[in-house]
Amino acid sequence: MTISGAVAQLLEIALALAGAPLLLGWVDQCRARLQNRRAPPLVQPYRVLRKLFNKESVVADSASALFRMAPYAKFGCMTLACAIVPTVSTDLPLATAADAIALVGLFALARTCLALAAMDIGTAFGGMGARRDMLIGFLAEPALLMTLFCVSLITHSTSLANMVETMNRRPFGLEPSLAFAGIAFTIVSLAENTRIPVDNPATHLELTMIHEALVLEYSGRHLAMLEWAASLKMFAYSCIGLALFFPWGIAEIDTPLAMITAVPVLAFKLAIGGVGLALIETISAKMRIFRVPEYLATAFLLAVIGLLVHQLLGA
Amino acid sequence: MTADPVVLLALLIAVPIFGGMALAFLGHSRRGPGINVAFSGLTLLVAAALTTEVVQGGPVLGLGERFFIDPLNAFLVALTALVGFTTALFSRPYMRIERERGKMTGPRMRLFHSMYQLFIAMMLVALTTNNLGVLWVAMEAATLTTVLLVSVYRTPASLEAAWKYFILCGVGIAQALFGTLLLYLAADRVIGGGEGALLWTHLAAVKAQLEPNILALAFVFLLVGYGTKVGLVPLHNWLPDAHAEGPTPISAVLSGLLLNVALYAILRCKVLADGAMTNGLPGRSMIGFGILSVVVAAFFLRRQRDAKRMFAYSSIEHMGLMTFAFGLGGPVANFAGLLHMTVHSLTKSAIFFAVGHAAQRAGSQMMDDIRGLLAAGPTLGWGLLLGSLSILGVPPFGVFTSEFLILTSAMRQLPWAAPVLLLALGVAFAAVFARVQSMVFGDSNLPPVRHPPALLPVFVHLGLVLMLGLYVPPFLAGWYRQAAALIGG
Amino acid sequence: MRALVEQSINLYAAILLIVSFAMISQRRILSLVHLYTAQGVTLVLATLTVAGLTRQPDLYVSAALTAVLKVIVIPLGLHRIIDRMNVRWDVEPLLNIPMTMLVGIVLVVFSFNLAMPISQLSSSIARGTLGIALACVLLSFMMMIVRAKAIPQVIGFLAMENGLFFAATAATNGMPMIVELGIALDVLVGVLILSVFMFQIREQFDSLDIRHLEQLRDDGKDER
Repeated sequence: MTISGAVAQLLEIALALAGAPLLLGWVDQCRARLQNRRAPPLVQPYRVLRKLFNKESVVADSASALFRMAPYAKFGCMTLACAIVPTVSTDLPLATAADAIALVGLFALARTCLALAAMDIGTAFGGMGARRDMLIGFLAEPALLMTLFCVSLITHSTSLANMVETMNRRPFGLEPSLAFAGIAFTIVSLAENTRIPVDNPATHLELTMIHEALVLEYSGRHLAMLEWAASLKMFAYSCIGLALFFPWGIAEIDTPLAMITAVPVLAFKLAIGGVGLALIETISAKMRIFRVPEYLATAFLLAVIGLLVHQLLGA
Repeated sequence: MTADPVVLLALLIAVPIFGGMALAFLGHSRRGPGINVAFSGLTLLVAAALTTEVVQGGPVLGLGERFFIDPLNAFLVALTALVGFTTALFSRPYMRIERERGKMTGPRMRLFHSMYQLFIAMMLVALTTNNLGVLWVAMEAATLTTVLLVSVYRTPASLEAAWKYFILCGVGIAQALFGTLLLYLAADRVIGGGEGALLWTHLAAVKAQLEPNILALAFVFLLVGYGTKVGLVPLHNWLPDAHAEGPTPISAVLSGLLLNVALYAILRCKVLADGAMTNGLPGRSMIGFGILSVVVAAFFLRRQRDAKRMFAYSSIEHMGLMTFAFGLGGPVANFAGLLHMTVHSLTKSAIFFAVGHAAQRAGSQMMDDIRGLLAAGPTLGWGLLLGSLSILGVPPFGVFTSEFLILTSAMRQLPWAAPVLLLALGVAFAAVFARVQSMVFGDSNLPPVRHPPALLPVFVHLGLVLMLGLYVPPFLAGWYRQAAALIGG
Repeated sequence: MRALVEQSINLYAAILLIVSFAMISQRRILSLVHLYTAQGVTLVLATLTVAGLTRQPDLYVSAALTAVLKVIVIPLGLHRIIDRMNVRWDVEPLLNIPMTMLVGIVLVVFSFNLAMPISQLSSSIARGTLGIALACVLLSFMMMIVRAKAIPQVIGFLAMENGLFFAATAATNGMPMIVELGIALDVLVGVLILSVFMFQIREQFDSLDIRHLEQLRDDGKDER
């Protein structure tokens, strides 16, 4: 554990915690502008978090300890995920704790906790939301794993740090397998982060909710933790995508000073990603829930094809 | 008088093509069928002249090595031209009666006659070309010319038959294209690319050097692809429908000629594959498909109620038998296979002529509706009876000779296959003969028709088959032997 | 630069595979025609690239032929058929779409396996793509089987021919000119005949559902 490593790790965690709501705000702004509405201010998510933290958290009498624990569990998982993904540097001491597969497992743990908590209360919407969320997760996980496998086949490693370093050093070339994996990853992250075309995060109609139904019963600081965790999840997914497919600018072990430039580069890349996300959300319509398995199956298939194409063509 | 074989070759292809174009304009007139017969007759003369040239002079390579006639395809060319001519003779009164009954109109007659000539032209191109790619193109073209003819009556059943024919044969022939491509790939490595790499003569010269893996895969695709057009089970689904729903002249040429040409294509590829591979895979796969076809067709024969469908299954059975024979290989089996190709072609077309006229008189193709042919028209009844006996392998007709030779070779080389084949042939015999008996004997209820049927072709074919059963002329036997040696295996 | 161009052939092959997959998972007939056009464009680009890399003038002619036939003539014909016959937009799959896609993956793995030893033997520039071409052929074949309407079957047939054409370009740098001309002619005539057919079927049955064409059967119970 070197000084630069510790600095890099702390910088990453701080960046994630501070920057995730900003990313969310940026996406909301872009979307509003594309839809010809007046945009909320960029710091709106921070205000929401502050408001929620100041409110009292009301918990049902029938709730068990799981209900109270779940927000913290999810928040913790998401923070750890953001800490593992190389956002500004690959020299992360915590990275030895988890590779790509364990990362997927972290997301699964968070999802399970929340689903159980939603069912804990016993309301109808909680159960419905839990079921739908698990359906999406069940199909998205293999697709995500396949995408990560595709890249790890190319880089001969499952550790994210190694992957990023290898991808950084490869010469520029047209690689269809990476293109397919990229498209599959985009589809999966849209599904997992409850974005249109899979789920509308701003919906008020309970019967159309997937993720929102899970947090329907939470209030106050619990809700604040969950909202922050959701934005952390989006931050983590975006950073994974950038690290795997656009790894330029991330500092490596022997160049700690590159971290200074890595932060603006990251901000720039995330900004562009946010615009892209807003564009996708504006163009697409929310699909009916029974079409979601097909959609995710497409992602899985694209990832598998990318894998096969790499095996066959060596590209 | 000796003519330049290359000129004869060019004429052979040009005459039917020109006939097709002419009949596109004249086919609907009263003289249309007659013009059809005239062009087919001319093709027959050219083919006969060409065949005599080849027999006397040896194999011919023409037009910059693009066309090639050797003993194997020389007799097939003659057979094609002969059956083409006799079928044209048959279709004259047949189509006239159909026209009077309103089943054929003027435009449809034009289509029928022009496509008929083009079909013959494409088959002759497929038989005489040296380029395996052009062989593929010609086979596909032959399918395309007949597809519209199968549906010419515009009934729901005929549309279905034609659609199935097109789609199934199209898919099959796409597999054959892939096989041809793989052959080209293999040739490319040995003799370089360009047009020469697809010429059969070039490939046959270097067949021992071709890569066995590629050839194995290529042969599988070619067997499946062209085998669909031969009618091998399980790729045969289009055959009974196309034969039953199309006009009878088309059934006759499909059974008599197109199946033969497809089998010829497989044989050409088998020669190359056998040269490259040492494990006998081509022969074994052909044996497998052959036995399967014979057995399945024999059992399906029993359930048929439509006369033409039943004889279509009989075609599947006999093509299976031929495939089996060529798969066995060796001089006797190959000879028997070639002889069977000839006699089957002649007999099957004769049967279709007879059945066609019988069905026309009875007004229906169902065997239950056709009764008492011997009483109604003795020539018609005798034609059908003798034809059926011939195709079932009754001596002294030629089919008995070839089946006997095939079974004895099987007993020598593959003992377990002989009883299976015998059983299947027996089942087929029982089924067909029972049906034909009920059609031919008994009292007649058939109304007469205005035009006398053209039964001369039936008896000419049966006469030839009888002659081949009793006595194979020496030049023909020598020819078969040379071709059998060429096929090898 | 040259390496980039060589890699672009791999990209075209991958796009072809994706388009084939997209075809089997489509619900609408019109998008099938658009996908077929996209396939044609990809083929033209791939042929041009191979032509440029191997400096074979024949392939330029072949690319031009493909462009005229598969990008312009045939899609126009298909559009006309769809318009004139007022075809309903639905494709009517016989097997549900996720299952079709899974079977498609199995076919892709199978064809890659099959083509692996052969592509190692080929000396052409795009040999690795033979497996993809074979996969496209098998996927189109599957599309023909699991569709109940006439037009998707026809498009499957045409897509199969596209796959074969790409196999020819990939494995052998194109077949001899006369063969390619013959194949192109066959395809054109085939499409013409099929369109005539579809009109006849439509006239007879008032619909293009292939299930009307299943009356002839071999169990002696056919409905005539």
